[in-house]
Amino acid sequence: MLRGVGERPLAATGATILLLWACIALAAPWIAPYDPLALDFSGAINHAPSAKHWLGTDSLGRDLLSRIIFGARTLFAVVPLAVGSAFVVGIALGAIAAYSGGLIDQVVSRASDVMLAFPALIIYVILLTSLGPSLINIVIAVTLAYAPGVGRLARGQVLAIKELDYVKAAQARGDHPLSIIVFEILPNARGPLVVDLSLRAGYTVILTGTLGFLGLGLPPPTPDWGAMVVENTQLLSSHWHMAVVPCLAIVSVVVACNFLADGLRD
Amino acid sequence: MSTNAAAAVQIEGLTIAYQAAGGSTLAVRGLSLRVERGETFGLVGESGCGKSTAALALLGYLAPGAHRIAGAVRLLGEDILQASPERLRALRGPGVAMVHQDPVGALNPVLTLGEQLLETLRCHRPQEYAGMRAELLQMLGRVALPEPASFLARYPHQASGGQLQRIAIAMALLARPRVLVLDEPTTGLDVTVEAEVAQLVADLARDFDMAVIYISHNLGLIRRVCGRIGVMYAGELVEQGLAATVFGAPAHPYTMALLACLPQIAPGQPPARLATIAGRVPKLDKEPDGCSYAPRCAFVRDQVCVDSGAIVMAPVAAEHAARCARLGMLHQAAPDHSAVAVDRTVGALRLSLQSVWKRYATAGGLLARLGRQGALATPAAAEVSFDVRAGEIVALVGESGSGKSTLARLVAGLEQVTSGQVLVDAVDVGGLRPRQRSDQQLAAVQLVFQNPDRTLNPSHRVGRILARALRRGGRIDERSMRDRVSALLSQVQLPPETATQWPHALSGGQRQRVAIARALAGKPQLVLADEPVSALDVSVQGAIINLLLDVRDNTGAAILFISHDLALVHAIADRVVVLRRGKVMEAGSRAAVFAPPYHPYTRTLLAAAGAAKDVSHVLEPAPPGLPPGGCLHVDKCRQRIGPICWQQTPPEREVAPGHRITCHRATAELMDVP
Amino acid sequence: MTGFLAQRLLQYILTLIAGSFAVFVATEFSPGTVSSKILGPYAVQSQVDSLSARLRLDDPLIERYGRWLTTLAGLTDNPMAAKEVGLGLSDPRGTRYVGNLGFSLMLKEPVIDVLADRIGYTILLTVCSIALIVPIAFGIGVWCGLKAGSLLDRVLSTLMAVLTALPEFAFAVGLTLVFVIWLGWLPGTSMMLPGDKWGMVSQLVMPTAVLVVASATYVARIVRASVVETRKRPFVRAAELKGLPPRVVVVQHVLRNALIAPVTVILLQVNWLLTGVVVVESIFAYPGVGSLLLQAALFGDIYLVQALTLMALTVAVGTQFLGDLCYMALDPRIRVA
Repeated sequence: MLRGVGERPLAATGATILLLWACIALAAPWIAPYDPLALDFSGAINHAPSAKHWLGTDSLGRDLLSRIIFGARTLFAVVPLAVGSAFVVGIALGAIAAYSGGLIDQVVSRASDVMLAFPALIIYVILLTSLGPSLINIVIAVTLAYAPGVGRLARGQVLAIKELDYVKAAQARGDHPLSIIVFEILPNARGPLVVDLSLRAGYTVILTGTLGFLGLGLPPPTPDWGAMVVENTQLLSSHWHMAVVPCLAIVSVVVACNFLADGLRD
Repeated sequence: MSTNAAAAVQIEGLTIAYQAAGGSTLAVRGLSLRVERGETFGLVGESGCGKSTAALALLGYLAPGAHRIAGAVRLLGEDILQASPERLRALRGPGVAMVHQDPVGALNPVLTLGEQLLETLRCHRPQEYAGMRAELLQMLGRVALPEPASFLARYPHQASGGQLQRIAIAMALLARPRVLVLDEPTTGLDVTVEAEVAQLVADLARDFDMAVIYISHNLGLIRRVCGRIGVMYAGELVEQGLAATVFGAPAHPYTMALLACLPQIAPGQPPARLATIAGRVPKLDKEPDGCSYAPRCAFVRDQVCVDSGAIVMAPVAAEHAARCARLGMLHQAAPDHSAVAVDRTVGALRLSLQSVWKRYATAGGLLARLGRQGALATPAAAEVSFDVRAGEIVALVGESGSGKSTLARLVAGLEQVTSGQVLVDAVDVGGLRPRQRSDQQLAAVQLVFQNPDRTLNPSHRVGRILARALRRGGRIDERSMRDRVSALLSQVQLPPETATQWPHALSGGQRQRVAIARALAGKPQLVLADEPVSALDVSVQGAIINLLLDVRDNTGAAILFISHDLALVHAIADRVVVLRRGKVMEAGSRAAVFAPPYHPYTRTLLAAAGAAKDVSHVLEPAPPGLPPGGCLHVDKCRQRIGPICWQQTPPEREVAPGHRITCHRATAELMDVP
Repeated sequence: MTGFLAQRLLQYILTLIAGSFAVFVATEFSPGTVSSKILGPYAVQSQVDSLSARLRLDDPLIERYGRWLTTLAGLTDNPMAAKEVGLGLSDPRGTRYVGNLGFSLMLKEPVIDVLADRIGYTILLTVCSIALIVPIAFGIGVWCGLKAGSLLDRVLSTLMAVLTALPEFAFAVGLTLVFVIWLGWLPGTSMMLPGDKWGMVSQLVMPTAVLVVASATYVARIVRASVVETRKRPFVRAAELKGLPPRVVVVQHVLRNALIAPVTVILLQVNWLLTGVVVVESIFAYPGVGSLLLQAALFGDIYLVQALTLMALTVAVGTQFLGDLCYMALDPRIRVA
């Protein structure tokens, strides 16, 4: 499948963009011109882009470029962790339910149906207001919201593969069920799951942006692209770039994820 | 043959190439043939010979990526490949119609059968709208569909494969085509149904005065149905002529080799090894210099056959031509089936099934179960008993739904018996799952499956697949593992380098060999082979069968061979068990089962294979469906006695030592028909 | 068939119960939290404890849930309105009626009144959106699917890919920039107050536009994928080879099969619209239940959150059931054995 990425311009573009942002996030402390949290009391607030501040400053005097760069860091801290955890839990649940069948399958499927009936944002709203916003809680909320969907996908795949002859051969040999799931079945279920991973990564980026926008994300003053949009929306009429730039940053990452997913799907 | 009158179908020098990622492939090369009205022409070849591409070209269809390089396909003189889209639509249907290979896939799942039949009529014969329904029913009757009216409102998923194929034929005939193309129409159907459909086609060709082109890899069927045949290899016709001539005195080495690979049911012939053709069909990207079959030919002479320029079709006799540079100079050696030493000692009892029953509860959700109190369906296996001894090949014969695969799964432990015993080396494992069986018991029984595409894990290399199987025998270190894998591969005649390859890089035959190697990893005493060669070409089947025979000879293992192919069974089995709907109808030695007295079902199977005469007197019509408590063959039996057949379970009688038949009729009545 | 439907209905009812229980647990798991939310941040611990006792918040969760259910069904009184509790909350309908969802802590009114005020707006927004989403998404999706690979298809598909990547708020910001600030054609907020200088319709445009774009692009891609997939199936080729006219092949064979799955997707989109609605209503200050949910959650208004979540669950489950019905109507393999 990695070979496929090289051959498809779409997927390659997406992967490149993501890689770029990942590098920016990693190198943030060294490449950002200013500390993203540093307030500039010298009165340099709401400045338009200038030589000193390439993207200008926000209403508290913080350099926008630095905040964007560090915002990438926040994103790459939250999103991979959240999506990764959701996938591990989802695949485990789905695969075990599908392979065991019977009561376990029924219970897991019903529980998944209940969770899936909740519109995603509502889960977050409830959890984040009960437990408060923090990295761990966002990861938990995302896992709860995504795992049932991922589990359903994994379950479908495992159910289909389970009937194939090579799995029966392993069963007839007396191999351990976990060994069969991990070594015989899951490697062949990769395709749709990887595509789904890319897509959900994109959604999660949108989600963290939205949560930040709604005030439910990581608490200020953490640089968060979504929160930056809402902070700067009041200034839309005068310094519109300050709200638009974080939007563009989000869009670029999500588009990259979607391109990657589309490229891998075909 | 007048050359002035345009033939119904005339293909002239057709060459079609496919453009793919790795380059272009010539799928059809210089194909030329001619079929008149009222004739049935059989186009024969193995997978990859280009016959499907040719079939689609007859309808003016080229798959995406295919383009015509040269030649024409003329229907009554008009080249269909040049037709404009409107003309194409006018030709398809009344000019030429097609019956596809998979009847289920070729029908729209959300429209009723009646609607789909109707749309053909409405499109091509709109003026007869008023009497359409009557016309439909009449046509369905012509294709011998029982109770045609009930099918009009049904959806495709509510009919069986055989019924759907008849409907597909009816659908094609509704437009009154001048040419009918059938692309492997009976693949996947039961043997008995296959024979009926083939006969139907032959009759219809005559009655409707159509030119029929029948494409198949089933040589036996083609021989019985077609007047003239053409043999395709690597995209070109290598031999053409009257069926009787080509089959009786083949002129091209490929045809000769192909016919030699076909197992025949000849009474008195001892079990023997099968012939094969080594090598693979070439994928050609340009015209070869010389004969395309030369690499695999038994009669090749370099100066004449290789690097000698294109070889043309030359006449051998009247109505018989072949494309061979050495025509007339080939001595066909007497087929050397190395006769097997008949006195093989049959050893200890390896497997014994005793009154095995397997029932499945009906599927359905919670509510369904509550409502119907878990009603039970027809059992998958009903009181099955037979033995298998070391060094013996026992064949389980039956069609779909006979329960033969269920029995294999029961023996392997993938399913558990409802009642009865499965004794492996005298220990009852019928109720034990594989995880509950001892390592010895697991190793003793191994499975080989049918479909080479699904039998190997596509994410593992061959070496890893075999290593995983070997590991069940205990911890083995790296170095020894490599050696053991190489040893296994050589046991199945594959080079050691195969271990580094991925399954998708191997051919079907090679994959089956790996599957057998995987089974051998546990040093089994019983190999369960479930239709191991059904999905393989005839020329490759022999290699796999001979391999199984080698396994038996070298390790003394017993083989339980499951198949629906009676000719194959006749070639290698020592004892035969005939199953119908989960019940043993007849069991005995190979000689006994293939000779009268026959169970009525066995007789039908043999008749379908052309090895026995079928009876056709039926005393009373049977009630619909299968009433419980009667004989499980009663609805299709041609030798019913009367009400006793559907009220009382027939007794199992020993008509001769070691030969059992389960029927109400007396033995004398089951002897041969004059 | 009816067995299948009955089974699904049973499932959905169970889902509703389990879901509402889950919400109940999430919001009310600690009695102290409930009381302090009711009394506000300036309450003294003793007040909190006494309220907890009076509302019997120390009883096990299951019992409290049971009481909540029975109150909803009109079988028991809502304790909060009782005079001895002393919260000064009153309900014109009395303390016991069907549909008693309790009192909103934020607005000090019966929940059901609060909902009734605002739900009309959300329904209006949703209906307008769906009325646009369906034709746009199906139209573009089918067209692109049938002409897959053509230039226009490629352009449209890339455009849709980019648009699906836009978070709703980003799109809202963009639209606001263009139409409100630069062009001045549309109002920046949609508070739907009578007598506003912007008419109702123009206030609806922006929120609807955002929802439609976000949703329609997603559905269009699914429709397109389904059409492309179906065209490859063998029976489509078989229909062409029968010599049927192209219109028949496309409508009867391709579309009738390709559109089955997307129809259910559209229904699930209603579920998603609820999410999108929260964001859009907040951005444009639209007085629907979405912005209400956000306000309630940020305030800590437990009963309002419970009620809104129950409503969302019902809609979700209801649309799933509708989806099942549609599937049965469209796919004979499910309808007839």
